[in-house]
Amino acid sequence: MNFLKYSSPQTFYPLAGKLIPWFAISAALLILYGLYIGLLIAPTDFQQGEGYRIIFVHVPAAWFSMFLYVIMAAYAALGLALNARLSYMMASSIAPTGAMFTFVALVTGAFWGKPMWGAWWVWDARLTSELILLFLYIGYMSLQASIDDKHRADRASAVLAIVGVINVPIIYFSVKWWNTLHQGASVSLTKSPTMAAIMLKGMLVMAIGFWLYSIAVILLRVRREIEDRERSVALLQEFKE
Amino acid sequence: MQWNSWSDFLNMGGYGLYVWVSFAITFCSMAIELWLLRARKLNNQKAASKGHTQ
Amino acid sequence: MNTQSHNSISTFSVLLRVFQRDIRLAWRRRSDIVSVIFFFIIAASLFPLGLGADPKLLHAIAPSVLWVCALLSCMLSLPRMFAADYSDGTLEQLIMSNQPTLLIVLMKTLAHWVLSGLPLILIAPLIGLQFNLSAVELKVLAQALLLGTPTLSLIGSIGSTLTLGVRGGGVLIALLILPLYIPVLVFGAGAVNAVAIGISASGGLALLGAMLAVSLVFAPLAASMALKIAIE
Repeated sequence: MNFLKYSSPQTFYPLAGKLIPWFAISAALLILYGLYIGLLIAPTDFQQGEGYRIIFVHVPAAWFSMFLYVIMAAYAALGLALNARLSYMMASSIAPTGAMFTFVALVTGAFWGKPMWGAWWVWDARLTSELILLFLYIGYMSLQASIDDKHRADRASAVLAIVGVINVPIIYFSVKWWNTLHQGASVSLTKSPTMAAIMLKGMLVMAIGFWLYSIAVILLRVRREIEDRERSVALLQEFKE
Repeated sequence: MQWNSWSDFLNMGGYGLYVWVSFAITFCSMAIELWLLRARKLNNQKAASKGHTQ
Repeated sequence: MNTQSHNSISTFSVLLRVFQRDIRLAWRRRSDIVSVIFFFIIAASLFPLGLGADPKLLHAIAPSVLWVCALLSCMLSLPRMFAADYSDGTLEQLIMSNQPTLLIVLMKTLAHWVLSGLPLILIAPLIGLQFNLSAVELKVLAQALLLGTPTLSLIGSIGSTLTLGVRGGGVLIALLILPLYIPVLVFGAGAVNAVAIGISASGGLALLGAMLAVSLVFAPLAASMALKIAIE
């Protein structure tokens, strides 16, 4: 099967349209199943009581906030390497979803931390890096929004995404180093006690559900982006006529 | 099934507020994202039908 | 005359000229340089004014305050790196000439560091005295700034090339590069803090050195790519 023919927005558009319902429905099913495990089946945690159940949304959201950034950078790199419009569109379609999951990870992290460790916010390495990741997403989206010329916006934000992805491990390491230096919160919010298999299963199911959701939403957004760009091209042509 | 009654379920061993707000924020964020995309779709459809008559 | 050596001499002299030109142009508007230094001094003094003059407190916050103010001062002067040449077309000329864009970017970054980083290295320890930093801490501060400010200029060059001619320039640059500045801040302030609590600063300084090395390799690459994107 020749995948390359789908690399043009015109052919990708209907393909995406056909795929979306499949991803959407399977996402809904898996998320419901994940909720079933997390809220109804999984046992009470020995140390944290029922409050630990937040991890069933917090951890998958955190995983995806990071995973989506890497994928976004990969599409950005692909776009720069191949000068492919669709790659750029994919990268910019991923950003809002990634930022949303980052936001969710931060907020659910706060609601988990407050009853467990008494503070709404702890400056541990993971949460602080998550916060910085949110800044990186916002920077990416702001740069795109600020440049009117789409072609330039695509390429500039692609460079920014790649610079960001190189920096993420550096930033994470520096925050960890900072933490040990200041001997701050010795308890990491995301360092959960040894987990029962069923809890891990619940998190994985939710994670896959989030993944399918992300794909569906990103495909939707790419279709809107394709429509937007086609329309501006059409408008330009009308002016020329 | 972990729970003996509805009120136990809602109470979440005393952590009810934190657990339910967390889940609510998660799914509301996803819902808002979907809603914004839907609004964008309707906007595009409206623009498309208007555009060609200008 | 050997064309090979003729070409390599010409590249070197072009790069030297780029550097000298930037310095000379900035020197003609000395107030720009001086105002950045004064920004640093004023911003740093806001903290004691806000927090009170308790010497112990000031000593504790000094490394971070001085580093944050250094970051912000550096950031304020970033648009100057490329904006003027971009608007009058000089940049386009430089890129279209046969000289490697990478080295041109490096020269301009070097000029920026000489004009904003170097003064900071000289001024910051003086301000550090106002915060009751000891002589050892001041020495480490200067060393840290020596290693860190070039990195700030290098990372900053990426921000200024990405946003050339874009509206919302200053704040947008901040949004883009402040997250990237965080490791420099952490290692730099950490080095001085380490001395304050009695452990060696070599860890933080070594990490600053590593960041400088990494930035030296990657930043000009990214910045020249961004430059070409902006010019096209």
